[in-house]
Amino acid sequence: MNDRKKNSTQNFDATVMWLYAILVGIGILCIFMVEYKPGIDVFQSFISGKTNYGKQLIFSGICVVLATFILLADSKLFTAFANLMYAFGIVLMLATFVIGKSISGSKSWIPLGGGFNLQPAELCKVFTALAIAKFLSRQETDFTKLKSQIIAAAIALMPAVLSIAQHELGLALVYLTFFIVMYREGLPPGILVISFSFAVLVVATLLIEPNVLAILLTIIAAITVYTLRRQIKRKKNLLPIIISIWMICVGIQRFVVPYIFNNTFECYQSTRIYSMVGKEYDCSQNKKAQKSSKPPKKTDDYNVRQSIIAIGSGGFWGKGFLKGTQTRGKYVPEQHTDFIFTSLGEAFGFVGCTVFLGLYLFLLFRIVRIAERQRSTFSRVYAYCVASILFFHITVNVCMTIGLFPIIGIPLPLISYGGSSLLTFTILLFILLRLDADRQMVLR
Amino acid sequence: MSVYNQSRSRSIQIIFVLVFIVIIGQLIHLQIFSSKYDVLARNNAIFRKVIYPDRGIIFDRKKRAILENSIMFDLVVTPNEAKGIDTAAFCALLNIDTANYKKRIHDIIFKNTAVKPSVFEPLLSPEMYSKVNENLYKFPGFVLQERSIRTYPYNAAGNILGYIQEVDTGFLRRHKDEGYEMGDYAGYTGLERSYEKILMGQRGIKQLIRDNKSRIQGSFANGEYDTAAVAGKNLYSSIDVELQQLGEKLMTNKVGSIVAINPKTGGVLCMVSAPNYNPNYITGSQRKKHLGELLLDPRLPLINRTIGTKYSPGSTFKTMVGMIGLAEGVIDVNSTIGCTGAYLGCGTGKPKCLDPGTFKLTEAIAHSCNTYFATVFRRTLDQPKFGSADSGLTAFNRYAASFGLGDKLGVDLPSEKRGNLPTSKYYRKIFGSKWQTCNIISNAIGQGEVETTIVQLANVMSTIANKGWYYTPHLIDSIEGGDEYALLEKFKEKHYTKGVADTVFNAVQDGMQAVMDFGTGSGFKIDGITVCGKTGTVENYDKGIKQKNHSFFGAFAPRENPKIAIAVICENAGFGAAYSGPIASLLIEKYLRDSIAGKERKDKVESMTKTNLIPPKMQMALERIDSIKRAKLKPVDEPIEEDSISVEEEVVPSNLLQEGLPNIPAKSPESNKKKSPAILPNADKKNSLKKNAKPKR
Repeated sequence: MNDRKKNSTQNFDATVMWLYAILVGIGILCIFMVEYKPGIDVFQSFISGKTNYGKQLIFSGICVVLATFILLADSKLFTAFANLMYAFGIVLMLATFVIGKSISGSKSWIPLGGGFNLQPAELCKVFTALAIAKFLSRQETDFTKLKSQIIAAAIALMPAVLSIAQHELGLALVYLTFFIVMYREGLPPGILVISFSFAVLVVATLLIEPNVLAILLTIIAAITVYTLRRQIKRKKNLLPIIISIWMICVGIQRFVVPYIFNNTFECYQSTRIYSMVGKEYDCSQNKKAQKSSKPPKKTDDYNVRQSIIAIGSGGFWGKGFLKGTQTRGKYVPEQHTDFIFTSLGEAFGFVGCTVFLGLYLFLLFRIVRIAERQRSTFSRVYAYCVASILFFHITVNVCMTIGLFPIIGIPLPLISYGGSSLLTFTILLFILLRLDADRQMVLR
Repeated sequence: MSVYNQSRSRSIQIIFVLVFIVIIGQLIHLQIFSSKYDVLARNNAIFRKVIYPDRGIIFDRKKRAILENSIMFDLVVTPNEAKGIDTAAFCALLNIDTANYKKRIHDIIFKNTAVKPSVFEPLLSPEMYSKVNENLYKFPGFVLQERSIRTYPYNAAGNILGYIQEVDTGFLRRHKDEGYEMGDYAGYTGLERSYEKILMGQRGIKQLIRDNKSRIQGSFANGEYDTAAVAGKNLYSSIDVELQQLGEKLMTNKVGSIVAINPKTGGVLCMVSAPNYNPNYITGSQRKKHLGELLLDPRLPLINRTIGTKYSPGSTFKTMVGMIGLAEGVIDVNSTIGCTGAYLGCGTGKPKCLDPGTFKLTEAIAHSCNTYFATVFRRTLDQPKFGSADSGLTAFNRYAASFGLGDKLGVDLPSEKRGNLPTSKYYRKIFGSKWQTCNIISNAIGQGEVETTIVQLANVMSTIANKGWYYTPHLIDSIEGGDEYALLEKFKEKHYTKGVADTVFNAVQDGMQAVMDFGTGSGFKIDGITVCGKTGTVENYDKGIKQKNHSFFGAFAPRENPKIAIAVICENAGFGAAYSGPIASLLIEKYLRDSIAGKERKDKVESMTKTNLIPPKMQMALERIDSIKRAKLKPVDEPIEEDSISVEEEVVPSNLLQEGLPNIPAKSPESNKKKSPAILPNADKKNSLKKNAKPKR
């Protein structure tokens, strides 16, 4: 008993802990760069907690306490309560519709009093990851079966649907990353290929004039039929498959994509996505914009422009700590939260960015390695969930600031200012460390 | 334990790496291969602030500053920091009402946002400044900001020092490459304008960091790329400010001008244009209002009459005629010409002569005998060697031009007039090709078409004093740190008269000394100083109506070793000996002796100062402006327009009748209206002078 305990303490993965500490430290420094004003008592403002970096320091303190609790807890706790916590998370998200508070246009916050607000969708990531891990690790689950795959997808997509209902498209997209996990657990790669093709098709729809694209698709189909003419003779059902794929593609590009852009998305979202590919979106087609009867606000890509200027002006070596003019002049809106990467890019340039992204990649690889050394499926699936969530956040956030992705409110893990976000990622990582410490156990 | 699908771990890792490579690729594109973002970031954040250097100071000949800089304060507000102040107390402090306060703040926010500092009240008066400064701590968001303005410590010489004014688009177009920007100030008149390049100095650029709302955050790169401002260079002028002040005092309530020159250097000692104005009147916060007042003043205080108005020189020109006669040899010092009361040579009996008798040159100058100089003039022009009056006049003009007449002298002030030496071509047009000297006999006594500025007249006096040479009159003697733009080179060149011998000058000087000893100027000679002078009384007409004569006087002193040459005119004042002569004499004494001695002379200063010689027409225009002002101030019982119309149509003619002047022809009010709202009485005068001069002293 004593032996095991000693063993398990030693088994906490030091690398991840170090990376965690370094990244949180970088985060606080970045927020400090954003908020810094010359001539203040730096120490005093860190301690007083009146500035955002001061607050972030307090949050990280809370996180340390929480992490300690998680590490001291029993691994079985997580398997046992996984489903319950998932249910709790869903209830919380539903509760936002009743007692929710609207912050910057999305009604996804629950006021906790004392100026603190909780975003259940953030915490729900953790719960969903646990629930999926729990489901896939059940003895009776056979993931090769379609039924199991659909249930797993349903678990992942339920919070996503709720998030969309809360007008938090960005958070909803996070749940799509669980498909990476499912792929690892045996989801046929065809699905990934199909969804990738689908993405290509959607982008092509945005880029290319509808009629031209329809003709292009027809030509591709015709060429396919021509090259496969021998196989088609042998296999009778190949031709209907090709024709139905062709029909689905044309249907998507002619009807589905325009419908989604005009009826599902908000005007500003459509505009952002269109502006990514360098096109202008006509808001007068948007049903939601018509309903609100307000004249469509002229959206401007000010955010992205300033963000790219900040990063681009950093150059190879960067302008130096606290010397970024874009950062000092507060030209980038929301720089301490979603656009925190810009302060880093401006101050430390390409070298800094590469080192920073290297840290992240190292962390991701480390987590994948941890995942693969687990004996229990629960731990492995959970580890992949953590890696996927982190990967998604990092990619989308960084791509957003360098103009590769439309702006959606996705924070940079462990770096962006915000208690909910920091807490969520802390919980995610430390549950993983707790599980990893017991990797010799088979948890169900 | 499931090792199922383990190979997929590899593909997931590959996906991670691929996505990160895409990100790194975009970073390489943005951070390494695109240089435009650096420029964009600089444009965003760096604010180039122009640092204005102090303008140069102008000193007088005794190194007293007559134009310098002083600090005044603007009250500056940052609206969103000034929220919640005690508005009532603040308004009471500034003597404004709260509605006004709200309106100003509203306007400021509209024009310049609520986060940037804007001027709330420009250029506080000294009392207001101390009041505000004491209470400023009560009103956060308000600060006092220094501003350098020009001051004239002696309240003198406004017309020659000039003033600075915000540059307009025309100025910016003309000075494209000199770095002026909208909102800059540049010398607009006077020396401020002539020496703008030197006075303005070199502007500095400070690079500052500003934030997204254009608030300044600090210096960029610790000021590494800043350039320092270089202060404007100081100018040392030849002006004697005490003399200038005395001149201005003596010219109070008179229209005219004074120019005094140091003959040895060409340096201008004083240059008075009257009526003048206190230059400090148009510097402070009320600048625009005051400048407007001056612009509309019918006495035209803003023009510099010493260089900008041409007059017939009158009898002072006789010295010129005498010298040319002597130089051409048509007379000598002992030639006598008799006068019977009029010049009969042309059969018209004009010009007339007041003192009949027989005169040598000396007496002729002393008594200003018209007949004598008419005769000399005709003899000169009608010499057989010239063949015709045409070439005779050309020869005459050549002499006159060598004294600096008929063209701009090149004084270092803007808008100098040329004067006029009428040419034979001009007369051919009027009188036909066979014109006679009798046609232009008025020129002999300085009436007619000959016109000079007062500075030209002073220069002639200076040339006579020097016996045949002059330096171009100028105000600035030297520039601190050297004459970088070679602006003063032309003032170092000696100009010589052509073909006039020393003996000629001696003879004329004898005559001018005689003027003071027993001639027309004997009433204001200075004990112990040999002054050479010449009076002039010039007939003049306004729209064909004869006006009171202009009073002229030109002089230099002392005769041996001359130190001052001076020319004075009082418009519509009467005899030269009555006003201009005494003024010149007082100034000469002041300059040569540093003070005016004796009770009698001091009383003369006071009585001269009190004399009001503003022409009645100007006086009337002034009164009319006053009455319009009063009508506007009066509570409005009836429409103001009616008042002003009645003033224009009824009051003016009746006033004219009261003054005993001939009634103005019906069309004249119309022609006045066309020109400007205020009547400009002497604007037409100078060109309407008649040739048929009457005998004058």
